[in-house]
Amino acid sequence: MSALLQVRGLSHHYGLRIGCQDVSFDLHPGELLCIVGESGSGKSTLLKAAAAQLTPSAGSVRYHQRDGAWLDLGELSEADRRRLAREEWGFVTQNPRDGLRLNVSAGANVAERLMALGMRNYGQLRDIARGWLERVEIDPSRIDDAPTAFSGGMQQRLQIARTLVTQPRLVFMDEPTAGLDVSVQARILDLLRRLVNELGLAAVMVTHDLAVARLLAARTMVMQGGRVVETGLTDQILDDPQHPYTQLLVSSVLTT
Amino acid sequence: MTASTIAPSASAMLELRGLGKSFELHHQHGARLDVLDDVELTLHAGECVVLSGPSGVGKSSLLRVIYANYRPSRGVVRVRHAGNWLDLAEATPHQVLDVRRHTLGYVSQFLRVIPRVPALDIVAEPLLEAGLSAQEARQRAGTLLQRLNVPERLWRLPPGTFSGGEQQRVNIARGLIVSRPLLLLDEPTASLDADNRVVVAELLEDARAAGSAVLGIFHDEDMRDRVATRLFPMRPFQLT
Repeated sequence: MSALLQVRGLSHHYGLRIGCQDVSFDLHPGELLCIVGESGSGKSTLLKAAAAQLTPSAGSVRYHQRDGAWLDLGELSEADRRRLAREEWGFVTQNPRDGLRLNVSAGANVAERLMALGMRNYGQLRDIARGWLERVEIDPSRIDDAPTAFSGGMQQRLQIARTLVTQPRLVFMDEPTAGLDVSVQARILDLLRRLVNELGLAAVMVTHDLAVARLLAARTMVMQGGRVVETGLTDQILDDPQHPYTQLLVSSVLTT
Repeated sequence: MTASTIAPSASAMLELRGLGKSFELHHQHGARLDVLDDVELTLHAGECVVLSGPSGVGKSSLLRVIYANYRPSRGVVRVRHAGNWLDLAEATPHQVLDVRRHTLGYVSQFLRVIPRVPALDIVAEPLLEAGLSAQEARQRAGTLLQRLNVPERLWRLPPGTFSGGEQQRVNIARGLIVSRPLLLLDEPTASLDADNRVVVAELLEDARAAGSAVLGIFHDEDMRDRVATRLFPMRPFQLT
């Protein structure tokens, strides 16, 4: 099977400080890859560099477009990168307030990305928005409420609906369940798990939570100090960790 | 590259050659835990080999190494996959995932419960991955749960609150719902009553009759005698 995303030797430095250093991986269609590691290990930097939100200091990211062509993201114009983000990708941020437009209604938040793709029929947009609110378990009668009136968990589910409504081929997720109550988290994880399967999404997800990786990702990369120290099948990494840092991570998890 | 240069026999499904596993514990002063050494085994289609030996001898570890859940330290784990031999010790993660999807099944001792996912969907999931419609997958999952005497009123509930035996039967159903040429079973009947053990034994006989090769751990002697076509005795790791 051919890859969807090819990352090679990717580095991003903040001045002299290393964000991420010399990271390579392939992502296949329909696959969810987790990046785990503690705060400051470079997970989010890597995600943003791979999603062309940060300009890499070195290395390349290539994306296999819907029409079959390979794009080198470093060579794209800003307009082309925006088109890709709008038409083929999605991005879910840790804080839903960063990914939502807070001054428009829930329905408009979901419909906005469809309108950016040229859909104009109001009734149709509203129907789709209602369908997606239901899909992420938000009462469709709240379609005209502003997201500021929603709880944190609802806002995150709204952001997921807003991102997935365009049926992106590739989704980048930065700690989508961090900072939520465990019961709210379980609901969102279940939702993501189902949607990823139903839509055949490919996704790169950053998390510091190994249980999230176990639940959602077939493959996992472990980062420390900006570098990938271990990569492989998620169950291998969690049940038979090889690197000292991974062993420390795995042995530090509390079990109930 | 491989230890054996002789062509594997036509019906061989799995070949272990010089297989060893040691754990290196970096945070326990670099302690090394040796669990498997020089395991040699060939498993053929239609047979059920039962691992025997005292607790702690490495039976579960061996199954996990074969499933590529543990990485072997040395040796070869050759699996016949899609008509070719593949050494899982050297396979890429994507290759291992493909082998698990189509060739190699594993029934663990305990069900890994996923919050909010009902028993029926847990069992149906491998069929969905194999491309069946949700309706047909659920229907077949229901049939298998029925055969394993899991009451229908439980199907729509997440198994977190089920008894040990009920969870184990959901786990068996999930592991056996897709017929795979190679099956690994880690004590799948430990918390089952006699009636349900008979059902599992029948399911394994069906799988063997369909050509699957089975490698398992069964502590219960009646169960072992009933399902095993051959025993594979394991000895503790020899310290040299």
